[in-house]
Amino acid sequence: MNVGDELPGLSVHVTRDQLVRYAGASLDFNPIHWNERFAKSVGLPDVIAHGMLTMALGSRLVSDWLGDPGRILEYGVRFTRPVVVPDDAEGAHVELTGKVAQVRDDGTARVDITAKFDGKTVLGKAQCVVRVS
Amino acid sequence: MPLDPSFIGRTYPPTSTYEVSREKIAEFADAIGDDSPLYRDTAAAEAAGYADVIAPPTFLTVINLAAINSIVADPELGLDYSRMVHGDQRFTHHRPVRAGDLLRLTTRIEDIFVRAGNDFLSVRADVETTDGEQVCTTHAQLVVRGE
Repeated sequence: MNVGDELPGLSVHVTRDQLVRYAGASLDFNPIHWNERFAKSVGLPDVIAHGMLTMALGSRLVSDWLGDPGRILEYGVRFTRPVVVPDDAEGAHVELTGKVAQVRDDGTARVDITAKFDGKTVLGKAQCVVRVS
Repeated sequence: MPLDPSFIGRTYPPTSTYEVSREKIAEFADAIGDDSPLYRDTAAAEAAGYADVIAPPTFLTVINLAAINSIVADPELGLDYSRMVHGDQRFTHHRPVRAGDLLRLTTRIEDIFVRAGNDFLSVRADVETTDGEQVCTTHAQLVVRGE
């Protein structure tokens, strides 16, 4: 693992179906994630994805690359922009990329993640600390 | 009305014990579209050095969110949930969560401050097994948009 190494990218179409599934699995039933009428009533353009789902896609990028999710020691993100999910088969297209930003003497490394939707980043300061081996 | 800063340091003890099941881990992994065998196949998890299947890095949201929401719903704090958004989230794993874990979660309000007319609330949760083994520490920042 070296500074500057790029992780294989991950491209995900987040659909309404996945939001309902994630709501059930995560026990987050906030209606802004499944009820268009409610989402619009609070000023959102449409139903939006759970920030925690987008966060989970970021860790998937890293664990797919590591092969072992148990090597992710620390993971944090800021939720900076919503991922708006239309009611169609295509859903919202989220593109995730990552890069090794730091390799430390203690056997850990920092990986920086970029998550983009509609050409704009949706997570800020998305960083994982991983065990190098 | 700004949040009352005297809530800084307030601790909410665990109210229940959560048992991590293989089924819930697999359900969560399916929901995030992650097909890693370490979430589903005990033999694969054992071969990787784990006592049982492990959970995805953000799995503890299943109990963390409920704990945050119980603070948010504290009537004394007086937070307007309809104007609240999740600002950031962090998980620090002391070891991976695995099936069979009996977890208890203690939350603490670490900070309350106002910036640019918005209220910020920082909440920490310490997740331990019923035997007192530290498993994970979570940090969340909640933002209540100004009126």
